[in-house]
Amino acid sequence: MYTDKVMDHFTNPRNVGEIENPSGVGEVGNAKCGDIMRIYLDVKDGIIKDVKFKTFGCGAAIATSSMVTELVMGKTLDEALKISNDAVAEALDGLPPAKMHCSNLAADALHEAIKDYISKKGK
Amino acid sequence: MERIYFDHSATTPVDKEVAKVTLEYMTEKYGNPSSVHFFGRETRKAVEEARSSVAALLGANANEIFFTSGGTESDNLALKGIAFANRKKGNHIITTTIEHHAVLHACEYLEKQGFEITYLPVDENAMVRVEDVKNAITDKTILISVMFANNEVGTIQPIKEIGQLAKENKIYFHTDAVQAVGNYPIDVNEYNIDLLSLSGHKLYGPKGIGAIYIRKGVKIESLQQGGSQERKLRAGTENVSGIVGLGKATELARLEMDSRIAHVKTLRDKLIAGIQEKITDIKLNGHKDLRLPGNVNFSFLYIEGESLLLNLDLKGIAASSGSACTSGSLDPSHVLLAMGLTHETAHGSLRLSLGRGNTEADVSYCLEVLPQIVERLRSMSPLSANSKLAANNPCNQCDHH
Repeated sequence: MYTDKVMDHFTNPRNVGEIENPSGVGEVGNAKCGDIMRIYLDVKDGIIKDVKFKTFGCGAAIATSSMVTELVMGKTLDEALKISNDAVAEALDGLPPAKMHCSNLAADALHEAIKDYISKKGK
Repeated sequence: MERIYFDHSATTPVDKEVAKVTLEYMTEKYGNPSSVHFFGRETRKAVEEARSSVAALLGANANEIFFTSGGTESDNLALKGIAFANRKKGNHIITTTIEHHAVLHACEYLEKQGFEITYLPVDENAMVRVEDVKNAITDKTILISVMFANNEVGTIQPIKEIGQLAKENKIYFHTDAVQAVGNYPIDVNEYNIDLLSLSGHKLYGPKGIGAIYIRKGVKIESLQQGGSQERKLRAGTENVSGIVGLGKATELARLEMDSRIAHVKTLRDKLIAGIQEKITDIKLNGHKDLRLPGNVNFSFLYIEGESLLLNLDLKGIAASSGSACTSGSLDPSHVLLAMGLTHETAHGSLRLSLGRGNTEADVSYCLEVLPQIVERLRSMSPLSANSKLAANNPCNQCDHH
């Protein structure tokens, strides 16, 4: 049911972990849904220097988290904000229809992390 | 890769002897049992022998066994057939929140037809309280339907006591025994059961064949009109090869019952003890002792079931989970929620259901790889014993679920 790319990111997830003193943290989902994604960012000069994730969820949740970190590494915040959940799914060669709205929230977590960074910076 | 099958509650491999007779009754002995000629008489005899075999496993009479397409059909026939035939007597049915969907959705259908259904809760072990059944009975109650053993957590219900209660109150008692038949000794008279559903493929028989036991004298209506097969209760040419296969499977289950139970129970206890020893932050789901001999069900906190299943599958182990992702719906198992588990604990459940083909080596291998998988997933999870999640973090998608 999952594409090879999903299984690749699920079995060898990229950038798992946390960042100490992150520039921003974003979290979406909740335990009721069965998916929680947390993204940590290290931003310097408007560029994502490092990104890590921790995810509680199904295969699709883990794979989308991993993929989004790969997509935004080294990108500017503006570029990162343009990445949508659908783009993440597309980069994984698609997700099963049932997973599209419940486990495909990684871009939302990323955007939350960027918002967190921006609001911290503003203070 | 060597593969280990720990999903016998989903389905079992067909026994080789069963497969042999099944094939024989497709290619060589193919007559229609309703035909007068030799070919028909030959298969008629085989169908009736199979009926006797199913009856013998349950302590029933052969004329109280009716063949169906499986557990779902038997459940539908029991519920709707009793409801429609006894409508004048009353419109109230008692069941539980942990039944299989074949019972629950049939009940929902009956509600639309004007019947009133009481769905009894269960305790933290998924056990129905006999007292609750007693208190739910009204003068309109026509049927009590309580599963024999739960398919997810394996808890064996107080069937004898409920059967007694039903008998005293002159209410029909149905039990969905799909998971129990062949795995647990059942005598319909000892347990005061009026109707019982069973399925072939849960006891090393073929898929697409099942049966319903209906005590002599029970007033029931057929749901399907046509020929006069199965004494007009279930029209349609008999699935002869399936019936013969079910007959052989029930015969073997009766003969091998004690040794099968002993074998599977030993492995189950070893697996449970091993998991409890090697992995922390877990919860055994279902009753500690009163559970199916092959059922192991744990929740592993902080991780989700589907990713656990995928990882086990990559290591060659087939299992199942009550997580939403694997249930085909967006909610985790209704059984685990009914037992009072939180959503996240229910999402992290794993069912390993053992069968007669499993070995000590299978259990040892599972105990080797499972702790590694759990540890790896936990290292990726934002949840832990002291995790602080954003309070009530809104999942704006949840509303769409």
